[in-house]
Amino acid sequence: MAHSYTPGLTVTDRTVVHRRRMLPLPGKVVVAVGDRVRSDQVVARAELPGKVYPINLANQLSVAPGEIKDYLAKKEGEVVHKDEILAENKPLISWFKTEIRSPVTGTIESVSLVTGQVLLREPPRVLELLAYVDGTITETIPQQGVVVETTCSLVQGIFGIGGETFGDIVMAVKTPDEPLRPGHLTADMKGKVVVGGSFFSADAMQQAKTVGVAGVVVGGIHDEDLRALLGYDLGVAITGTEQVGFTLILTEGFGTIPMAAKTFTLLSSHAGKKASISGATQIRAGVIRPEIIVPQAEEQSRTATLLQREGIRLGDPVRIIRDPMFGQIGEVSGLPSELTKIPTESEVRVLEVKLPNGKRVVIPRTNIEVIEGA
Amino acid sequence: MTAAVSAPSTIDQPLNVIVATDCGSTTTKAILIEKIGDEYRQTYRGEAPTTVEAPFEDVTRGVLNAIAEIEELSGRKILDGDRIIAPCRDAKTGVDIYISTSSAGGGLQMMVTGVVQNMTGESAQRAALGAGAIVIDVLSANDGRLPHEKIERIRSMRPDMILMAGGTDGGAVTHVVEMAEYVAAAEPRPRFGVTYKLPLIYAGNKDARPQVKKILEDKSALVVTDNIRPVLERENLAPARNKIHDLFLEHVMQQAPGYKKLIDMAGAPIMPTPAAVGLIMEAIAKREHLNLIGVDIGGATTDVFSVFDGIFNRTVSANLGMSYSVSNVLAEAGLANIMRWVPFTIDEQTLRNRIKNKMIRPTTIPQTLDELQIEQAISREALRLALIHHKSLATGLKGVQQERTISDVFEQQVSGRTLIDMLKLDLIVGSGGILSHAPRRIQSMLMMVDAYEPMGWTMLSVDSIFMMPHLGVLSTINQKAATDVFVRDCMIYLGTCVAPIGQGKAGERCTDYDITFPDGKTIKDQLRFGDLTLYPLELGQKATIAMQPAKAVNLGAGPGVPVTREVHGGVVGLMLDGRGRPLQLPTDQQARVALLTKWFNAVGLYPTA
Repeated sequence: MAHSYTPGLTVTDRTVVHRRRMLPLPGKVVVAVGDRVRSDQVVARAELPGKVYPINLANQLSVAPGEIKDYLAKKEGEVVHKDEILAENKPLISWFKTEIRSPVTGTIESVSLVTGQVLLREPPRVLELLAYVDGTITETIPQQGVVVETTCSLVQGIFGIGGETFGDIVMAVKTPDEPLRPGHLTADMKGKVVVGGSFFSADAMQQAKTVGVAGVVVGGIHDEDLRALLGYDLGVAITGTEQVGFTLILTEGFGTIPMAAKTFTLLSSHAGKKASISGATQIRAGVIRPEIIVPQAEEQSRTATLLQREGIRLGDPVRIIRDPMFGQIGEVSGLPSELTKIPTESEVRVLEVKLPNGKRVVIPRTNIEVIEGA
Repeated sequence: MTAAVSAPSTIDQPLNVIVATDCGSTTTKAILIEKIGDEYRQTYRGEAPTTVEAPFEDVTRGVLNAIAEIEELSGRKILDGDRIIAPCRDAKTGVDIYISTSSAGGGLQMMVTGVVQNMTGESAQRAALGAGAIVIDVLSANDGRLPHEKIERIRSMRPDMILMAGGTDGGAVTHVVEMAEYVAAAEPRPRFGVTYKLPLIYAGNKDARPQVKKILEDKSALVVTDNIRPVLERENLAPARNKIHDLFLEHVMQQAPGYKKLIDMAGAPIMPTPAAVGLIMEAIAKREHLNLIGVDIGGATTDVFSVFDGIFNRTVSANLGMSYSVSNVLAEAGLANIMRWVPFTIDEQTLRNRIKNKMIRPTTIPQTLDELQIEQAISREALRLALIHHKSLATGLKGVQQERTISDVFEQQVSGRTLIDMLKLDLIVGSGGILSHAPRRIQSMLMMVDAYEPMGWTMLSVDSIFMMPHLGVLSTINQKAATDVFVRDCMIYLGTCVAPIGQGKAGERCTDYDITFPDGKTIKDQLRFGDLTLYPLELGQKATIAMQPAKAVNLGAGPGVPVTREVHGGVVGLMLDGRGRPLQLPTDQQARVALLTKWFNAVGLYPTA
């Protein structure tokens, strides 16, 4: 196989990213191509249709569905206020009078003479789409959204939870192999993107919530701590909508794994600068990885280039992504083309990785990840 | 009931060289089929990552890459730039046809509605599943959700298509119309393409058609077809399934990245992968007159197919799989159920972390033996849970009046019992990476035996290199080619498992047996409870076994009744499973590990140090 390796996560000091910002339903784009935007600036708006409340008038008035029109106090399309009379009967004796009041403020969307049902719709809710990153609008898609371009440092994580947010980067630990402990999280980190080292424990998660950090970027966590944080066992890696108080991004995986030195050094160099982060992860049907974007000043942006990888080469920095050497980083020192029998007795394509201590190990090609953006 | 088939295409030119692909959620697998002499054979295979997603967002890139691998291996020139050369120009250039299946981008995701959940709701679900869809929700008048909750649910889902059923022809229209009103109010949006209308098939009470049309015509791409439950006693799923297949091609695939190009490249309609596999499973059952269960365990989903007494059923367990969904197997099965198949001890935290790491890096493979054993333990649970799901849906029709005679007075049978009878089961067919690519074939066999606990006499087989989808779509244009390749290159018979039903203490007599092998050699021995024994019996060979079970042990003819049968061999052989049914494992960890080790060693499951 010409490309039988896992495309890696990008960790790069300078690149140009385009973020497509799309409304979930047609709306209005409020910026133009060439506009400079801030991460918290609205770029498009849409009106989300209000909630629908069905009321079965026929049942409540004890009449046939075809008769409800005679009892309605409002017509289709009219506005109705909460507790306003929607329909009523007019019995001879007022004791038997039944009044149906509207449970919400909204409009009468439809009246069905087949089911006896009236559908009320609440007023639409305005949905504002933010730019998410500081940058320039390079494309507008009428009624749908925009593309924001930014020159930035980019770090992709392997897994995250929580949505988009922003904050200044603050380094909470000194080395990439130092775990992030509760004591590292201080009150001045409120609203910041906190970078830890190898591990983020359950009590440190609690402290992060108490402090009110915007996000945490760390090497690894234990699955059972994630389960406690979420309140359920995450079955499929489709995330981004969780609300646990902060956005969490793992750069390496599950367990205690030192953050890759390159990632740690890059984030350290941006301490104090504003970052846009997102924990959204989707590993199935359209890969989305969590990310940390640190926009750079425009004058620097001209030199930024995007490299397109052409397969794996000798000397490429790689991360081993499966036990027994999970999390170790080295460089490709051999690319044998023939199939090799591994301890499971499977015959697979392998490569040789030279570890920092000089030891050479043979790993299935699918079990390494190229550290992109080198 | 039959699997979904669109009108078969007529291919006029002779087909001597065929290239077929399956665009899966992770990889696109291509095979080359050539006519050698009078028969078709699968000759070369290539694969490449699927490219539905960014940065490529064009499924044909992956297809061309996979075909390029075949070109390299076979020396045949198939591609001319981005074009497949068809028909053949000479003996070494081009192919006669290119065909494909697809489950990329999450497959075909559908929402179905009915009036009564376990009647028309289930019928609608069966129609969608049989057409190769993943059913993301079933809404019905009695599903326990309040009207506004139903509307919210429809709003929040983004299906590729909706199938609406409900009511028998001539029956009340109110509930069906009510559901149409909910769907209209929710204004459902399709998964792909913000601006196009969501395809919606109405296959309910024909008397409600005018009202449904009025309510939904402007808000969806409405298609009306025959009622899937015209009367309570009969299901009519074929028209709805065919419409699903047509709309899949006309609407859904037109929106998915690169599929317009793929449709143009292909010489026959693109089929959803599970629909193609279903065709093959049904064809095997019909040809061999068998009751069978087929399973395709993938990274994201596990599909189960069954044919019992000619009735085809398919279910998909959307979140049971070996990579993307592996963590969900842990969540659904529980740690203890997975651990019971692991022949060593490992602490919970390490195992949980390893499973999550597989979820976030789904393309990795086990490098060490203990990692392989953990994955195969997880697969047993995924297979087991998917079969439980299948049994619950592969049922007779519910709500049907039953005629009873005086002799039935004391037997209160409910309608809608599962059709899956493990004692009547003749063949289990396994497919998917973990079964097709297990380093030893016995591993595939024991994974299926442990998960399904077949009873009595059951043959087992696997798809050699995962080519059932390709052959399924091929069978729609050339039945002979599909059958030739299926018999010679695809299906690998593993052997037969004989599993007496009953329980006993370890070491107690389960059954005595006499085996007469084809060379005349005989073996006379006793199978004790707790034993797992394997005899070599080669592919194509048959042996005769006479069994005299203990008093409470049943081999299909009743407790204690002797049975003599002919059994078929395979690449693994003849397995005698005296572990009892239902299979029980000790709760004590040490005892469990010891027992698993004994079984695994008895059949040579793993290499020993």
